[in-house]
Amino acid sequence: MTGGKGPFRVEFDPKLMRLERPLSLCLQARKLACERDDRWLFEGLDLDIRSGEIVRIEGPNGSGKTTLLKILSGQLSDYSGELYWNDAPMRQVREHFLANLLYLGHAPGVKTGLSPLENLAWYQALSGDKGSETQREKALAAVGLTGFEDVPAGQLSAGQQRRVALARLTLTQRALWVLDEPFTAIDRDGVDALEKQLIAHAQAGGCVLVTTHHELTASSVLRRVQLG
Amino acid sequence: MHAAPGGLLVAVSATFKRDLTLMLRRRGEVLNPLVFFALVITLFPIGISPDPELLASIAPGLLWVAALLAALLSLDSLFRGDYDDGSLEQLLLAPHPLAALGLAKVAVHWLLTGLPLALMAPVLGIMLALPAGSYAVLALSLAVGTASLSLIGAIGAALTVGLARGGVLLSLLVLPLYIPVLIFGAGAVQAAILGDGIAPHLAILGALFTVSLMLAPWAIAASLRISING
Repeated sequence: MTGGKGPFRVEFDPKLMRLERPLSLCLQARKLACERDDRWLFEGLDLDIRSGEIVRIEGPNGSGKTTLLKILSGQLSDYSGELYWNDAPMRQVREHFLANLLYLGHAPGVKTGLSPLENLAWYQALSGDKGSETQREKALAAVGLTGFEDVPAGQLSAGQQRRVALARLTLTQRALWVLDEPFTAIDRDGVDALEKQLIAHAQAGGCVLVTTHHELTASSVLRRVQLG
Repeated sequence: MHAAPGGLLVAVSATFKRDLTLMLRRRGEVLNPLVFFALVITLFPIGISPDPELLASIAPGLLWVAALLAALLSLDSLFRGDYDDGSLEQLLLAPHPLAALGLAKVAVHWLLTGLPLALMAPVLGIMLALPAGSYAVLALSLAVGTASLSLIGAIGAALTVGLARGGVLLSLLVLPLYIPVLIFGAGAVQAAILGDGIAPHLAILGALFTVSLMLAPWAIAASLRISING
């Protein structure tokens, strides 16, 4: 899981223009509030997430970290407040936002009946690009799964399944990473490598939004947001 | 600011291929509705009477009801696996219309449930002394009818995917919408036996399928979003 990433390209219609230089991206939340079971998880939350940043959402269990990530990644509509992507209301630019988003949830989203290669092939195709087997093998090698390419994912350990999901970070070029507890079940070497990858991504102009109970190394790109 | 137009096709065909591979690796789940269908039809002559005349008169209805229930039985798992392992979230966050991706999943469901049921029905029809000449109509009406059943049922499956035991609710939601398909499906076979025109029945079945095909994908997408919002 080494970082060496090129500059990030924002996905416009490739026929119209091809941006080679990193473009400043920005996800903004204004007066965000969410209520669950007659209890305010958060109220009046203003949040700016910009290129070149790792934003870590902190808070005790049940403070609404996962809910916040789901709202910010456009999955939940059960909230009040406004979301803006590059200064445009989210509703209008949803497709563009999704084309730049990589969300990794609590459940890794790995099919146990498929091999790691097949899992990645689907993820790659889901973003509209068939990709190649070599790309996927490389991505799996980067997360230390060489030799497990064709083993059904159901036979892999929890940590290895999580690594299959993390291989998507290397495989698909997306600017905004929203990661919910990505360090779960990962061993110490994997944690170090992933941390380096997050920092490298931010430094290359991407942004990372992450919840984790693992203590991230203080870095110039890291910012903390406290919930609850 | 749209993704490349070819991208949607890639995403849809990959989803289709993925579901097909997954289902073919879980043969038991594919065979389950077919075995159910065969068992129910086998039991009727034993339970009612082996009299061919009596059986022939109720055969179209029996075959259709049993096939409908078999299709319903397999619907609960349509989105369940994706919901449990988190890939449903990824499907929702793909930069493509969810309706198209959902349709790919429904197509796999029909290919591995509705179509085999339709192909199997004539064989079981022999057991019920179904008069010759109506076998082709039976298979055809079931093939078109089960496509509607898969589409309509997928709406219910999408609505109940977030519930721990949504199976009963799914049946209650979906069965009323299945009734028109059942009436015209069984009607087509009945008409073929009596020598009446089958065209009107098949035309209405086709119309039901077309309407389902147009409307169900959007309803499935909306239902999935509601379920994820849980």
